[in-house]
Amino acid sequence: MNCSLASIEFSAVLIHVIKIVVLVFVVILPMVAYSVWAERKVSAIIQDRVGPNRVGIPFTKISLAGLGQPIADGVKFLLKEDLTPGHVNKLYFWLAPALTMVPAILTCAVLPFGSELFGEKMVVADLNVGPLFIFAIASLSVYGIVLAGWSSNSKYPFLGGIRSSSQMISYEISLGLSLVPVLLIFGELNLSTIVEEQSKNGWLLLPLWGEGAVWNGGWDRFFLFFPACIAFIVFTTSIFAETNRLPFDLPECETELVAGYHTEYSSMKFALFFLGEYAAMIIGSGLIVTLFLGGWSLPFGWDAGLMKMAGNPEQVPWWLGLMHIATFLGKVIAFIIFFIWVRWTLPRFRYDQLMKLGWIVFFELALLNIFITAGILILTRP
Amino acid sequence: MPIVVQRPRLTIAEKCYFPAIMKGLRITLGHAIRILLRKKKVTMQYPEAKWDDHLPEHYRGAPALVTDEHDRERCVSCQLCEFICPPRAITIIPEEIPAGDEWQKVEKRPKIFDIDMIRCIYCGMCEEVCPEQAIFLRKDYAITGVSREEMVHDKKKLYEIGGRREGLVNKWNELK
Repeated sequence: MNCSLASIEFSAVLIHVIKIVVLVFVVILPMVAYSVWAERKVSAIIQDRVGPNRVGIPFTKISLAGLGQPIADGVKFLLKEDLTPGHVNKLYFWLAPALTMVPAILTCAVLPFGSELFGEKMVVADLNVGPLFIFAIASLSVYGIVLAGWSSNSKYPFLGGIRSSSQMISYEISLGLSLVPVLLIFGELNLSTIVEEQSKNGWLLLPLWGEGAVWNGGWDRFFLFFPACIAFIVFTTSIFAETNRLPFDLPECETELVAGYHTEYSSMKFALFFLGEYAAMIIGSGLIVTLFLGGWSLPFGWDAGLMKMAGNPEQVPWWLGLMHIATFLGKVIAFIIFFIWVRWTLPRFRYDQLMKLGWIVFFELALLNIFITAGILILTRP
Repeated sequence: MPIVVQRPRLTIAEKCYFPAIMKGLRITLGHAIRILLRKKKVTMQYPEAKWDDHLPEHYRGAPALVTDEHDRERCVSCQLCEFICPPRAITIIPEEIPAGDEWQKVEKRPKIFDIDMIRCIYCGMCEEVCPEQAIFLRKDYAITGVSREEMVHDKKKLYEIGGRREGLVNKWNELK
């Protein structure tokens, strides 16, 4: 392979760098910060409180419904004393926060967050193995938690780390298996192609237009709706467990383990765990939206209509591209609010219930679902 | 006779959590909507709005010393409050009332009377134990300061908060 420097096109590299920087620093990180704000605000209104409503623009009395709070929190985290306890294993203690944050951000590389903008595909890496890449990287984040628990050299973090690793390993199985039916239905592992297919022929959970609609002969999609729903429920619940959110936040369950694996952490290192958890939640929502709810596509086949209106069938006009990005972000935000809503509704599972649910219910359900889907596919798509 | 509590037999709907989860989500959503539509108001925006006018008579705020109707300090330095105070917030150094003073027959008065408001737990034991009814818990609750020294209320400050209180104890009155 000829891989000299000259063969790399500079403009292509630049475009990719711009995409990565914009996606990570303009979209993901502010979203992480503001999902913390949303978490506090939604929890407040659910519990009949007001929530953060003071912090606004500094040195003025403008409060903007507390929108300055995440920035103030961030500054606070940066300025706090970064304490490394004397009894910890320094190398791994320092490595662990990075190992939770990095995989969470890495996985967003394959998520298509828009169709096209000025002829450029709105995805950092258009891999042909999107979901596999996500699983491969996302499961690395368990190392961050295990290392944090172990290197802290203290009982509570240790127990939290053990719990977290066993939980993540058990739910990874149902996470992967529940996705197989979806991949069978689309016959495709490229997330961008999956979204385009849903844009044309109906979302997986809303097959009401194009070839997916019953009245257009989409009987296969009609019957596949049921296994798709099972896959959706199993996948969503597993994402909850995978991101250590309530009702599955056993690793950091305050009442038993103080704070779980990050008990010994302070300042920005603690914030990295915190941000990693929220980033994982955002990526998880993005994945669910991409696979089940049509990603960036507008419902009811409006994409095709708008493309026709724009005239040129080959190139997506810039306003439609922006609209697609907004649609994707809107769906993701709606899903994050759902995550928060569930967190402030349900109590925590007991640990044996959690394991039972993972191994006895979801694992079997996901496995069965594969066979149901395959059977329906054989019968309806000869 | 031992009582055996039967475990409830759960139906399938109960076993699969799902209806219960939906019910819970509906309840929390109901609360969220009620707050969003401002049909319910529960939180008071503290520094702007205060509950001060509604404080009950028995409210236990900062303890303070009072003078009687002759502007005599009621405290006779018996130090009962100092001994009863659970967090030991009160420090009293008594002194003798010099001869020639109008109230010489009272014999003692506090030279120093300090209450450390960092320690005070607003329990009201001092008020209860005081035989002279010289110390009272007032309705002040926002006691703040930027240093530890500032949080110690000395005699002057205590009388400033307490002010004058007439009636109740007539033991040292001229009339008696």
